[in-house]
Amino acid sequence: MKVAIIGNGVSGITAARWIRKLGNHQISVISSESDYFFSRTALMYVYMGHMKFDDIQPYEPDFWLKNRIDLVKDRVKQVVFDEKKLILESSEPIVYDKLIFALGSKSNMFGWPGQDLNGVGGLYALQDLQNMEAFSSGLERAVVVGGGLIGIEMAEMFHSRKIPVTMLVRESDYWNNVLPPEESAMISRHIVKHGIDLRLNSNLGEIIDDGDGKACAVVVKETGDKVNCGYVGLTAGVSPNVDFLKNSSLEVERGIMVDDYLRTNIGDVYAIGDCAQIREAKPGRKNIEAVWYTGRMMGEVVAHNVCGNKIDYDPGIWFNSAKFIDIEYQVYGDVPQESNSIYWEHSCGEKSIRIVYDQNTQIVTGLNLMGIRFRHEVCEKWLASKAKLEDVLENICLADFNPEFYETYEKSLISQYNESFGKELVLKSKRSLNSVLSFLKQ
Amino acid sequence: MSDPVYNSMSVANPHPLHLDLQQKLASALAAIGLLIILMAAINIKMVATVQMLWLSLSLISIGTIWFAYRAYLTKSPGIKNDGIMFSSLTNKGLWAWMAGIFITGFYVLLYWFPSYLGLAQDDQGNTGLVAFFDPLSMLLKSKPASQWFVYGVLYTLAILIFGLRFIWKYRYNKYQILRTLSVMFFQLGFAFLIPEFLQKLNYPYNDMKNMWPLNYYFFDEWSIKGFLEGGNLGWFMLLFGILMIFIISPVLTYLYGKRWYCSWVCGCGGLAETAGDAFRHLSDKSIKAWQIERWLVHLVLLFAFLMTMGVIYSFFHNNPQGYWFDKGSIVMLISIIVIGLIGTNWLVKPFKNKIDQKALYIFTGVMTLGLLLMIVSYFTGNKNALFIDFYTLRSSYGFIIGAIFSGIVGVGFYPLMGNRVWCRFGCPMAAILGIQQKLFSRFRITTNGGQCISCGNCSTYCEMGIDVRSYAQKGQNIVRSSCVGCGICAAVCPRGVLRLENGSEDLFSKTDEIRNIQVK
Ligand SMILES: Cc1cc2nc3c(=O)[nH]c(=O)nc-3n(C[C@H](O)[C@H](O)[C@H](O)COP(=O)(O)OP(=O)(O)OC[C@H]3O[C@@H](n4cnc5c(N)ncnc54)[C@H](O)[C@@H]3O)c2cc1C
Ligand code: SF4
Ligand code: SF4
Repeated sequence: MKVAIIGNGVSGITAARWIRKLGNHQISVISSESDYFFSRTALMYVYMGHMKFDDIQPYEPDFWLKNRIDLVKDRVKQVVFDEKKLILESSEPIVYDKLIFALGSKSNMFGWPGQDLNGVGGLYALQDLQNMEAFSSGLERAVVVGGGLIGIEMAEMFHSRKIPVTMLVRESDYWNNVLPPEESAMISRHIVKHGIDLRLNSNLGEIIDDGDGKACAVVVKETGDKVNCGYVGLTAGVSPNVDFLKNSSLEVERGIMVDDYLRTNIGDVYAIGDCAQIREAKPGRKNIEAVWYTGRMMGEVVAHNVCGNKIDYDPGIWFNSAKFIDIEYQVYGDVPQESNSIYWEHSCGEKSIRIVYDQNTQIVTGLNLMGIRFRHEVCEKWLASKAKLEDVLENICLADFNPEFYETYEKSLISQYNESFGKELVLKSKRSLNSVLSFLKQ
Repeated sequence: MSDPVYNSMSVANPHPLHLDLQQKLASALAAIGLLIILMAAINIKMVATVQMLWLSLSLISIGTIWFAYRAYLTKSPGIKNDGIMFSSLTNKGLWAWMAGIFITGFYVLLYWFPSYLGLAQDDQGNTGLVAFFDPLSMLLKSKPASQWFVYGVLYTLAILIFGLRFIWKYRYNKYQILRTLSVMFFQLGFAFLIPEFLQKLNYPYNDMKNMWPLNYYFFDEWSIKGFLEGGNLGWFMLLFGILMIFIISPVLTYLYGKRWYCSWVCGCGGLAETAGDAFRHLSDKSIKAWQIERWLVHLVLLFAFLMTMGVIYSFFHNNPQGYWFDKGSIVMLISIIVIGLIGTNWLVKPFKNKIDQKALYIFTGVMTLGLLLMIVSYFTGNKNALFIDFYTLRSSYGFIIGAIFSGIVGVGFYPLMGNRVWCRFGCPMAAILGIQQKLFSRFRITTNGGQCISCGNCSTYCEMGIDVRSYAQKGQNIVRSSCVGCGICAAVCPRGVLRLENGSEDLFSKTDEIRNIQVK
C-alpha cells in the first residue's frame, strides 16, 4: 500500500513513524516548509540563541532513510480525489492508496490595513522566523499584536536581543479570555516587570507604510496612539491551514471534518493535527485543538486506522503547558476563567495553585499551576477517579514535580484552606517517589 | 536554514554580545590580573612579588565575579541561555580555538615540561610561574611551590569563581545551588587545603574523596607504602579508600545514582560543571558518539582493572614480608573478587538482562584471561602478573589516560568538544558508577506524562551528550549509565517535564513504561 502524508509536522511525522512500525507500506511525506521535521514549539529558542536549527530537529537526518520514509520537499497544489493523485508545484504528481492531511495551521490575519507590508509577519513557519531575523539587526522597536501564547513568545524573543517591545492586547489583562483573573494579572505583572510595554484593551488600528512598502509604525485603534517600530508581529491566534481545499469535494468547515477514526468524508482520506476538526469531540475536549500532543496522539491513532486496526481517537483528560517568559504554566482538566475554586499564591507573586471543584459534589475538575510543576499522572488519576477536594489537598505532596530541594508550599496551601473553611486538614502523604508509585498502582 | 558561526570579533556580527560598561571594566580587571601572571611566567622581574601574586589573583577573581554579577544578577531568575549559540567563545569560533589552544598548551607544559613553567632544576630555586606561587606555598605548607601546587591553586580558584557564577546563573534552581556549593567545598577542603596542611605537618596526605579507579595511583607501591608507613592516619586513609570502593560508593550509588559523586563531590566533575558550564552544549549527541563512548569508557575501565591487578601483585612480589598479607593471599583475594564480579553479572537475572551481550562476553573473557595469567605467574614465581612488565603498563596508563585524556582532551578541549569529554569517554570511575547506576540504582529521571513538546533544550544542554528528548517525547524514564545527574536538563526544560528522583518501588522496571503511547 502507498500512503501519502501531506505535512511533516509532529502529526504527519508521528503517523509516518507508526505506519512504519505497523507494516511494510510505502510512505511518502510531502512538505514545503523544511527538509526535515523540526519542533515548531522550539522556533523561539533558535532566534534567542539557545539552540541551533539542527538542535530542534528530533531525529538525525539518516533516520528517514533507515526507516524508509520518503521525504518530498514540495507544495501540494491540488488533490484529485477521484484519481487518488496529488498535484505538486514543481515535481511529478504522486498517486496514493491512502492519504493523510497533516497541514497544520496558519496565523490569523484579520484584514488589518498594512498587514501585507514588509516587516510584518506572524510566528508559525520557519519562514516567519527568517523574516524576523532579517529585520532584527538595528531594530529599534517591535510591536507584537495579540495576547496569546505565541504573542508572548515573540515578545520574549525580541526582548532576549534587547530590542524594545510593545505588546497590544485586546483583553483587559493578558490572556484573560482563557486564564482566571489572578493568574492573568500575575502574567501581566511579569510582562511589565521585564520592561515590555504592555498595552491592554488595545486593538491594532492600522500599520503605517514608510513609503517604501515597509512598516514603520502602528496605530492603536482605541486611543489613536502611534507607536513607531521597525517590525510588527501579528499573533492573534491560528486557524487550520486548509484554504487550498475549500472548493473541493472534501468536507471542510473551519478545519477538515473527521469522525472518531479521523476519517474524512472521502474514503481512504484522513486528517490529523491542527488542520483536523473532530465532528463530535469527546467530553471536555474541543473540536479543533492546535496543540503539540494532540497532533502526536492523532498521528499514532491514524496510523492504526490506516493500517486496518479500527481505533477510536480519545485524547483523554485535557492538559497543556506553556511558559510566560520565566513563569511555567500547567493545566490539567477543566479550568474556566470563572470557577468555583481555591486559589493559593506564593508571596513572591509568581507561583500559584488553583484547584477547581464542584461546589455540590466537592469533586475536583481541574488544576492550574503557575511556577510550580505537578505530576501529570497523579493529576490525571485524581481527575479520572473524581477525587474530592479535601482528599486532593491532603495528598497534594503526591503531585509535586518540582526539582529536589525546592521550597515546599504544601503546608501553606493547606493551612490557608483550613483558615478560610475552618477545617483541620493535615498532610497525609510525603513527597516521595515510592508513595507516588504506590498511589499510581492502586 | 543554515547556522553560520557568528564571530563576535567581526565587525558585522549580526548578534552583538550585550556587554555593559561594567562588564567591560570587569573584563579589563581580569585581563590585567592574567597579564601579571603571564609576566611572571616569562620571568619579567617585578617589584613586590608577594603583593603581585595577591594582586593578580584578586584581580582575576574580582573581574570574573563582577562580570558574572552583571550578566546574571541584573536579570530576573530563570533560564539564562540567550545568545549562547551566537557567541564566538561558546560556539567554536575564534575565541574558542584560542582558549582551547591556550589551555592545552598549559597542560603540555605542566605534564612534560614543568621546567618551562619555572620548576626548580638541580637545587636552584624556582623561577617564573612556579616561583610566583612560592609565597602562597610557603604560607600553606612551608615548602616552595611545585608545578602541581600552581595547578592546584588555579584549579581550585576556577571552581570557586565559576562556581559562584554558576550559582547565580541557575539561582532559580535549588538543586543546582546545593550541588555547586558541595563541589566547591570538596575541592577547597578535601582536594586542596587538607592535603596541603597534612604536608605541612609531615603526615601522609591524600585527596580522600578521589577514589580508585579515578585515582589510579592509589595502589601504586609508593602510595601504599606511604599509607602503611604513615601511622594511624595512613592506615585510616588506606582503609577508607578501600571502603569507598567496595561499600560506601555502591551504597550511595544505589541510593542516589552516580550523581552523588560525579556532580556533588568529584573534582573533575566540579571543574566541568563550573568553569566548563558555558561549553556544555558542545557535547556530541549523535548515536555514533554514543557507541564510541560505550566502547571507549568501558575499555579504559578494563585497562584500569588489569593494570591495578598487576600493580598490587607486583607490590606483594617486591615486598614478600612485613605485611599482614602475602602474595598468595592477595592472589586469592583478587581471584575471589574477579570471579565474584563475573558471577554476579551472569547469575543475577536483572543484571544480565541489562548488560549488552557483547560487552558481557568481552568482560568475562578478558578478566578470566587476566586471572589465569596472574595465577600462572604466581605458581611460576614470575614477577609480572600479566607477563607484561607492569611498569610499562602502569606508565602507559598514566601517560595515555592520566595525562592526555583527562588533562589535555578533558580540559583543554572544553571549548571545542564540551566540558565532560573526559567524564564521558575516558573516566573509569564514571564507568564503574555508571554500571552500578544502570544495574541497581534507585535513581532515574522521570518524564512527566505527555507534557514534552520535543523542543530539544534538554538534549542540547546535556553535557554527557544524552539525547534526553528521545526519551522524554516518548514519556519514558531515563536511566543512562553516563548520566551524571547534573540536573541541567530538568533546569532548562521549559515545560517541567523532567525530574531527577530516587525510588525503590520499581527498581528493576524503572524504564519499562512508555507513557506516550495512545494505543496500548
Ligand atoms: C511558535 C509556536 C509555539 C507553539 N508552542 C506550543 C506549545 O508550547 N505547546 C503546544 O502544545 N503547542 C504549541 N504550538 C502548537 C503546535 O506547534 C502545533 O499544534 C503543532 O505543531 C501542529 O502540528 P501539525 O503536524 O498539525 O502541523 P504543522 O507542524 O504545522 O505541520 C504542517 C506542515 O504541513 C505543511 N503543509 C501545509 N500545507 C501544505 C501543502 N499544501 N503542501 C505541502 N506542505 C504543506 C506545512 O508547511 C507544515 O510544514 C506552538 C505553535 C507555534 C507556532
Ligand atoms: S541527562 Fe540530564 S542530569 Fe543526566 S547528565 Fe544529561 S543533563 Fe545531566
Ligand atoms: S523534555 Fe523538556 S526540554 Fe526536553 S524536549 Fe521535552 S519539553 Fe523540551
